[in-house]
Amino acid sequence: MKRFLLALLLAFAGFAAWGQATEVAHPDIAVENRLKAIAHELRCLVCQNQTIADSNAPLAVDLRNQVRGMIASGKSDDEIRAYMVQRYGDFVLYKPPFNAVTAFLWVGPALLIALGFAVMFAMFRRRKALAEAAPAPDESRRREIESLLAGDEPKAGR
Amino acid sequence: MAAQPAAGAGKTLKFAIPLAIFVGLCVFLAIGLTRDPREIPSPFIGKAAPDFTLTRLHQPEAKFTPAEMKGKVWLLNVWASWCVSCRVEHPVLNEMSRRGIVPIVGLNYKDARADATRWLDQHGNPYSLSVWDGDGKVGIDYGVYGAPETFVIDKQGVIRYKQIGPITPEVLEKKLLPLLAQLNS
Repeated sequence: MKRFLLALLLAFAGFAAWGQATEVAHPDIAVENRLKAIAHELRCLVCQNQTIADSNAPLAVDLRNQVRGMIASGKSDDEIRAYMVQRYGDFVLYKPPFNAVTAFLWVGPALLIALGFAVMFAMFRRRKALAEAAPAPDESRRREIESLLAGDEPKAGR
Repeated sequence: MAAQPAAGAGKTLKFAIPLAIFVGLCVFLAIGLTRDPREIPSPFIGKAAPDFTLTRLHQPEAKFTPAEMKGKVWLLNVWASWCVSCRVEHPVLNEMSRRGIVPIVGLNYKDARADATRWLDQHGNPYSLSVWDGDGKVGIDYGVYGAPETFVIDKQGVIRYKQIGPITPEVLEKKLLPLLAQLNS
């Protein structure tokens, strides 16, 4: 039974490769490499958490072919990206540009870290001020502390 | 101790600040939950509708370009026979056509002509005409990523609104009708 299942699996495994191969009949290595680089930065709008390089949605296939055509006709990477943004908006870019809408997104983490440091320093300073303001322990108290530090059990015991 | 009242205020603050942050976060997440991530603001609003020349669905020898609609407010509705949500939307389009609200041009997107015409025969044809975009090239130019999508185009050929997903009776009443009235006035 196991063998049969394995055979079945292997028989169907071939289809995956076949599906890949049909996209272009004679792939040009240089074009495919550039396509790969660009397609990894572009979001597939049908399946939003995938790039158009990863997705097998029909739209992703169309867009890959579109990018192939544009590379073949000598368009630069920036021109191709601009083409996509013009049609699908900034959302299509996995690395969103810095503008009024995305400013908080880009600056937010740095602001949070700065805020964290500010709070930390304020706490340090307050702790230091409190330590300085605390009254020095008197002689009998000091002896008790020292004996405790030396490892003696407190008199009351536990 | 002298620091006692200050420490009391500090304690209230210590409690209030995280609570405020938590409430703020909840508000953000609650707003986030009500929004549909599939609805992406279209970069086309306020821009001229991209030009194209396509053949008509029912008359493959006749062409259509958006320039023919200049001077009219019209809808460009992206549909396909394989599109499930288009079936949901179709009765609303039929109703709009029956009431003669606005001319609707269909963009038959990545479909086979025979399938598309059969689908219209079955479900009714609300379109003034449909154009056939078999390879989806015009769809890409319009930033289509999921049928049905509907563009409202004004008399000057500028896109004023894009509906992503089916036009429901609610969308028709609350968004399209007021917008169309405003554009036609």
